[in-house]
Amino acid sequence: MSEQKSLDIKALGDSAIMIKLGEGIHPSVHQQVKNLSFLLDEYPFDGFIESVPAYNSLAVYYSPYLVYQSTQGFQIDGTPLEKVIDYMNKLAIQMSDLPVTEGRLVEIPVLYGGEFGPDLQIVAETHTMSIEEVIEIHTTPEYLVYMIGFAPGFPFLGGLDERIATPRKLTPRTSIPPGSVGIAGKQTGVYPLETPGGWQIIGRTPTELFVPDMSPPSLLQSGDRITFYPITQEEYDEQKKVTTCQ
Amino acid sequence: MSVNVLNAGLLTTIQDIGRTGSQKFGVLVSGAMDSYSMRVANLLVGNEEREGVFEITLFGTILQFEEDTLIAITGGDLQTTIDGIPVANWRPLIVKKGSILKFGFAIEGCRAYLAIAGGIDIPVVMGSKSTYLVAGIGGFKGRALQQNDHLSFGQLTETNDKVFTLINRLGTPDWAVPYHSFISVASTQTIRIIEGTEYQHFDDASKQRLVREPYVVTPQSNRMGLRLEGQALSLTEKLELLSEGVTFGTIQIPPNGKPIILMADRQTAGGYPKIGQVITADLGSLSQVKPNAKLYFKLITHAEAERELIAKEELIHQIKIGIQQKLQ
Repeated sequence: MSEQKSLDIKALGDSAIMIKLGEGIHPSVHQQVKNLSFLLDEYPFDGFIESVPAYNSLAVYYSPYLVYQSTQGFQIDGTPLEKVIDYMNKLAIQMSDLPVTEGRLVEIPVLYGGEFGPDLQIVAETHTMSIEEVIEIHTTPEYLVYMIGFAPGFPFLGGLDERIATPRKLTPRTSIPPGSVGIAGKQTGVYPLETPGGWQIIGRTPTELFVPDMSPPSLLQSGDRITFYPITQEEYDEQKKVTTCQ
Repeated sequence: MSVNVLNAGLLTTIQDIGRTGSQKFGVLVSGAMDSYSMRVANLLVGNEEREGVFEITLFGTILQFEEDTLIAITGGDLQTTIDGIPVANWRPLIVKKGSILKFGFAIEGCRAYLAIAGGIDIPVVMGSKSTYLVAGIGGFKGRALQQNDHLSFGQLTETNDKVFTLINRLGTPDWAVPYHSFISVASTQTIRIIEGTEYQHFDDASKQRLVREPYVVTPQSNRMGLRLEGQALSLTEKLELLSEGVTFGTIQIPPNGKPIILMADRQTAGGYPKIGQVITADLGSLSQVKPNAKLYFKLITHAEAERELIAKEELIHQIKIGIQQKLQ
C-alpha cells in the first residue's frame, strides 16, 4: 500500500472539525465521505458526538472536554484538536481497504401530475416535450443521496437528467405539502415536511420520508440510491392508507 | 404536580442540552441557547444537568403553580416576581400552591431559564426534550407555549426530594451561584472568536473590520441565528462552496457581507463562507445579547478556545460540587 496522505482537516470551531475528501459533486468523492463516516461509526473515539456527511466533506462533532479527559484510545498527547486529528488520520489509513459499496436502493412511488403535480405541465412545456416524456426521463435514472439537510429527511440528490432541468418558480409557494416531488435547476428532491419552497412540483409520493418515532427517523440516508416509479391515483390512495395505519 | 400558563410571553419553549446524533438526518440540534445557565438551573433543584427547562425570552411569561414546587431561575434577569414579590435568581426556591410566577422585562440579558424539580413530563423525541419549532417536534406538543397550556412535572427523585425538604425547612437560601464567573449579561459584549474554515479567503480589510468595528444584533435575530448590522465583510474573490456541516457559533457571511451567527436552531448544513467561529465558552454570553445591543469580536487561538472551554467545564463541575455541599 502506498504511503497515506494526511486528511485535509480544518477546525470548525473548538468542538468540531471539517474534513474535505475531494472537490465537487461526484459519486467517487462521495464514496470517500461514506467510507470515512462508516469507519468513524464503527470505531468512534472517546468524546465523539456525531458526524454529518455532505457532498465532499464530513463534519465531525465532539466534546473537547471528554477528549481532554480521555486516557485511552488516543495515540498522542496534545490538545484535544491534535488528538482528534491524529485519530482521524490513523483511521483514514483503513479507508483504501474498504470495498466500493453500492448504497441501499430505495424505490419511491410517485403520482405524477394533476392536483399533486401542478407544475408537471410547465416542466413539459419548458422543454417542449409531452408529460409522458418528462415522467419517463424522471423515472429512468438511479439518483444518489449525497446528503440529508435543509429539512429533516430532505435528500439532496444527484443524477437528474439535464433534459428536464427547470429553473425554480419566480414566486415560491408559501406551502408545499409533504411528499411533494420537485425539480429546481439541476436538482430533484422530495419534501418530507410541509414547508414553503420554490421548486417545480411534478408529483407526490405516499411514502413517508421522515417519521420522528422511527429509528432512524429518516427513510433515506447519505449514500443511498433511489429510483422513482409512477403510480395511479388508486395505488396512491391505497399506499397512503397503509402508511397512515402503521 | 403541574403548572398553568396564564401568559406565554414572547417566546417560551422547553429546551434541554440539545438533540444530538440525528444531524445526519437533517434534524436540528436545538436545545437551550445559553446551555450553561440551563445546566446550572437544573443542578440547583437536584435534576440531571441535561433535563428540559423553560426558556423564557425577554418578557411576559406568567405561570401559576398547582402544588408547592421546587424551582430555580437562572440566565438573564427578567425581574421575576412571585405573587408580586421580587425573587432572587441563581438559587433554589419553593413556589407555593396557587402562587403566580411572573417574568417582567429583561433588565440584564435576554433569556431566563426556569428549572422544575423532577423535570417536565413530556416525551423524549430522538433523545431530547428540546422543542424543534420548525418541524413541530419535541418539547410541549412541538411548539412554543400558549396561554392555558397545562404542563405536568416528572416524579421527584431522591435528590430532588432532599433539596425540597431542606428549602422547605430553611427557606430560600441567602447564597446564589456566582454566575458572573461563567456568563456575562453586560449590555455591550466582547465575544471571543477563532478563525473560521474560510477565514483566509477574506480580504485583509475585512479581517481587520471584524475585530475592530462594533456589530449590532438586529431584531431579525432569533434562535436560528443572530443577524448582525455593521461593516460589510468581503472575500478576496468569489468562492463557490458546496453545502457542508456548520455548528453553534459559526459566523457565516452571505453575499450582502453582513455576518450571521448560527445559534441553537441552525440548519444542519450551510453553504456560505465562514469567517469565524464563536468559542464555545462564550456561547452562553452571546445568547444573552438583546436585540439592538452592540457586540465586539476578539480573535484568539484555537488552543486558547479549548483551554477556555475546559476551564468552564471545570467551573461548572465545581459549582455542582458547591451546590451539593450547600444542600447537604
